[in-house]
Amino acid sequence: MLHRYFPHTEEDISVMLQKCGLSDMKDLYSDVPEQLLLGCDYDLPDEWSEKEVRDFFKRLGDKNRNLTCFAGNGYYDHYSPAVISAILSRSEFLTAYTPYQPEISQGTLQYIFEYQSMMTQLTGLDVSNASMYDGATATAEAMMMTIASVRKRNKVLVSATIAPQVLNVMKTYAHYHGVELELIKEKDGVTDKSDFEEKICKGDVAGVVVAIPNRYGILEDYAGWADMIHRNKALLVMNCVASALGAVKSPGEWGADIAVGDAQSLGMPLNYGGPYLGFMCATKALMRKIPGRIVGATKDKDGKRSFVLTLQAREQHIRREKATSNICSNQGLMALYVTIYMSLLGTDGLKEVNELSCAGAHYLAEALVNTGKVALKYSDKPYLNEFVVVTSFSVDELISKGVEAGILCGVKLSENEMLIAVTEMRTREEMDQLVGLVSKM
Amino acid sequence: MSKIYYSPTHEYIKVDGNVGYIGITDYAQHQLGNVVYVDMPEVDDEVVAGEDFGAIESVKAASDLISPVSGTVVEVNEALVDEPGLINKDSMENWIIKVEMSDASELDSLLDEGAYKELCH
Amino acid sequence: MNRELYGKLIFELSHKGRKGYKLPNTGVKASMEGVPAELLRSTSPALPEVDELTVVRHYTNMSNNNFGVDTGFYPLGSCTMKYNPKINEEIATDPRLASLHPDQPTYTTQGALELYHTLELYLSEIGGMAEFTLNPYAGAHGELTGLMVIRAYHEQNGDSKRTKVIVPDSAHGTNPASAAVAGLTIVEVKSRPDGTVDVDDLRPLLDDTVAAVMMTNPNTLGIFERNIPEIASLVHDAGALLYYDGANLNPMVGVARPGDMGFDVMHINLHKTFSTPHGGGGPGAGPVGVRKGLEHLLPNPRVVMNEDGTYGIEYSDESLGQISGTLGNFAVCARALSYILSLGRNGLKWVGPLATLNANYIKESLKDKYLLPIDGVCKHEFVFDGLKDKSTGVTTLNVAKRLLDFGFHAPTIYFPLLFHESLMIEPTETESLETIDEFISVMSRIADESIADPDMVKDAPHNTPISHPDDTEAALHPVVSYFELSAQ
Repeated sequence: MLHRYFPHTEEDISVMLQKCGLSDMKDLYSDVPEQLLLGCDYDLPDEWSEKEVRDFFKRLGDKNRNLTCFAGNGYYDHYSPAVISAILSRSEFLTAYTPYQPEISQGTLQYIFEYQSMMTQLTGLDVSNASMYDGATATAEAMMMTIASVRKRNKVLVSATIAPQVLNVMKTYAHYHGVELELIKEKDGVTDKSDFEEKICKGDVAGVVVAIPNRYGILEDYAGWADMIHRNKALLVMNCVASALGAVKSPGEWGADIAVGDAQSLGMPLNYGGPYLGFMCATKALMRKIPGRIVGATKDKDGKRSFVLTLQAREQHIRREKATSNICSNQGLMALYVTIYMSLLGTDGLKEVNELSCAGAHYLAEALVNTGKVALKYSDKPYLNEFVVVTSFSVDELISKGVEAGILCGVKLSENEMLIAVTEMRTREEMDQLVGLVSKM
Repeated sequence: MSKIYYSPTHEYIKVDGNVGYIGITDYAQHQLGNVVYVDMPEVDDEVVAGEDFGAIESVKAASDLISPVSGTVVEVNEALVDEPGLINKDSMENWIIKVEMSDASELDSLLDEGAYKELCH
Repeated sequence: MNRELYGKLIFELSHKGRKGYKLPNTGVKASMEGVPAELLRSTSPALPEVDELTVVRHYTNMSNNNFGVDTGFYPLGSCTMKYNPKINEEIATDPRLASLHPDQPTYTTQGALELYHTLELYLSEIGGMAEFTLNPYAGAHGELTGLMVIRAYHEQNGDSKRTKVIVPDSAHGTNPASAAVAGLTIVEVKSRPDGTVDVDDLRPLLDDTVAAVMMTNPNTLGIFERNIPEIASLVHDAGALLYYDGANLNPMVGVARPGDMGFDVMHINLHKTFSTPHGGGGPGAGPVGVRKGLEHLLPNPRVVMNEDGTYGIEYSDESLGQISGTLGNFAVCARALSYILSLGRNGLKWVGPLATLNANYIKESLKDKYLLPIDGVCKHEFVFDGLKDKSTGVTTLNVAKRLLDFGFHAPTIYFPLLFHESLMIEPTETESLETIDEFISVMSRIADESIADPDMVKDAPHNTPISHPDDTEAALHPVVSYFELSAQ
């Protein structure tokens, strides 16, 4: 045996070579010019046993600090039911590829169909794709989708209150794809409505992108926006934290055409950045402009309900040179993750998650302000579970004191501003501990 | 009596005065297979010779619809919205858009039936 | 597979009043107070109401209607469906890695950053590149990122007229799509009958408007581009860069490195070559590597090793920009590192050769019954142009569906487009001679059946959870959510 992952014995190899009319393994590469052959082993460690692999990763793991998390900024520490990891580890799901053969892929196809159904409920829109990479890339894709959907327009407006990592990714895609991306100014923590009105009325805008909640945790009021955008023949794109949509007004209710965002907040582990899950939903009118895969219901030859990848032809792999998206597959297993999460929590559970997070955040904000050491930066704006404090001390110092105490106090915005998030995972004791730290600053 | 012209990208235009009915050829519908969707422009949209005015989708392929002439869309075939398969039934009868041509001389650079048949052999 | 339990959607198992959760007791009373009513939903999302066991049974039964590498042989060409070792799952789900927030201070994530940096170094060694970014989330995302690197390179040289990318007509469909998204115009170069690039056709295309040439080596027909040194020098002489599509890297592992072949930029599909599970279509990872002199263009954020041996995260103005919200699919990268360490250099050197041996063995064993358009040694995969005897009208699609009846996944079909009846087979190195022999005997049997009982083959599959679904109807009248379905 060469290795535990390779079943070939020396005898197998010689039988197989013989069948191929070859005498040596080297003959398999006789077409590779000599000077390109490696000729030696990689400069890498030798084969390890599982024990050594475990020891290595344990050593790495021990160099990290697991902290009680008050950080958000788009990614949240929510409760994750044990059922999910148990189902996700089923290798029929885990080790399958994109469901190209529907007859033996109904498991994948059906959960994607369920996922799509749930996402349309959450966003209040008609159609969902099978998921995308993450919230930032999904938003960039939505930006390109508006350009592809509104003829002869190449400009997209984005609110300055969208999360910075989302904006950065949009800027990159816009630059290379040739989209004119223009910022709508921020005013007191929310999108400047007069700046928006001035810009949309020029009549050259394909899409407008805003956030729910915004980068400061604020829930902005978008009443009247959709009408004005539609009057100017543009599309409204809302970038959302998926979990929040269990309670706050949905993109559909605001009149949006496209909803995108990250679904990490639906119980997914933080995983130091991934894998997460981008989602995208749209109105029925835009169904054929949605990038990525979509699963549809149909019947098999015997009349049995079945699910297939559908609207495939519009995908880049067939109409390739004119592609406005190059996304091939989806974030399959992560779509299963949130599907199971939403099945378990249901309507009420998702609402309760928001109520607990919201109540916790408001409790913590008040207690922090009461220390006299911090103030809420946007005290007159409604927020869900995340808020900005202005500190009278160095944010770095608090963060480092927090780490000593096993707490991740929040995300630093500047030397004296910090973004703090609360989920249903944070107990009153933990919040009081954070308040204690702040009061000693 | 209308005259029919063909493009190398498998669209036809049936000319009637300064109006033309544009669709895809029988050869094209056969290549595409079951048509499931036709993406059409709106009335009053301008089309330009050699540029796409929409797209057509079958289960296995999607392709752009290239206008053989320049002009203004005066009508789109609404029947195709609910029943895109009409194109498979009779693509010559079921045109996609009706265009008021702005430059009839553009027809001169298109193919006649014989030349088109030659192209598809 | 479980045919009896097939069918219901989770919504159809919902009963009002049931629930499958209990949220933590936070000590603070649940309330939306503080949020004005006009900012709240007026209608609730209609999600299912189910208990925990119902959820578990539902998804367990659904998994029984699925087929993965752990279920059986999965010779899906260009997808490298190799065994996904279990230790990698254990490593990736360790809470010491899984519970880290992306915005934690770097001094609390040194282990995670070391993991990132180590994998980046190892991939650089394997790819023959100077540096990798692990940020791209998938192969296609890597391609896009790689092309952005190339555009940024030309931009920074003030070479703004380079807007074309040359792609062989045998390329993966994502190549032209990625180029289009990156704002590049595609020029196709015709391939020779064996799918390799014709240098004489390429040469006149290389002018000062070409930004890059994208290649897959071995190409999509499993043939090594032996003229690659010449192609590389032509491309470089023209001032363009050479991009390596890593989709077919597997046969090169342990044998030759893209960097040594003259490629400037490449991506690797960790879910193919480095054995991270495909997950029904994701999450994958598409790290991008660059040769020396292009490192500064890699996307933000970048993981760097400081002089004192600690690790940090940097954002640079010279970078092409940010292409992902975070540092990529970290848990996927952890699996790939675990795999590389488990194999080690003495294991890795067999990856390519054994994958190639398996492919050639199948090719030689079946070429009497299936049409082999290109003879000779292939790499990790090869393409049949359907059955040799097509007289009964049995197509590649029919053969693929019939294979399902025997407990094999089908090969990739109707790709590459160079042939009408493409059947693209990639066995990978982790399959045993017995499994492969069984596959060969079934393929051979199907070829015989195609003559003896063609209608039965055309009607396949016969014993899968569903029979052939009507995809024309699905596309003609799209029903894409339960709520549309139940409204019918």
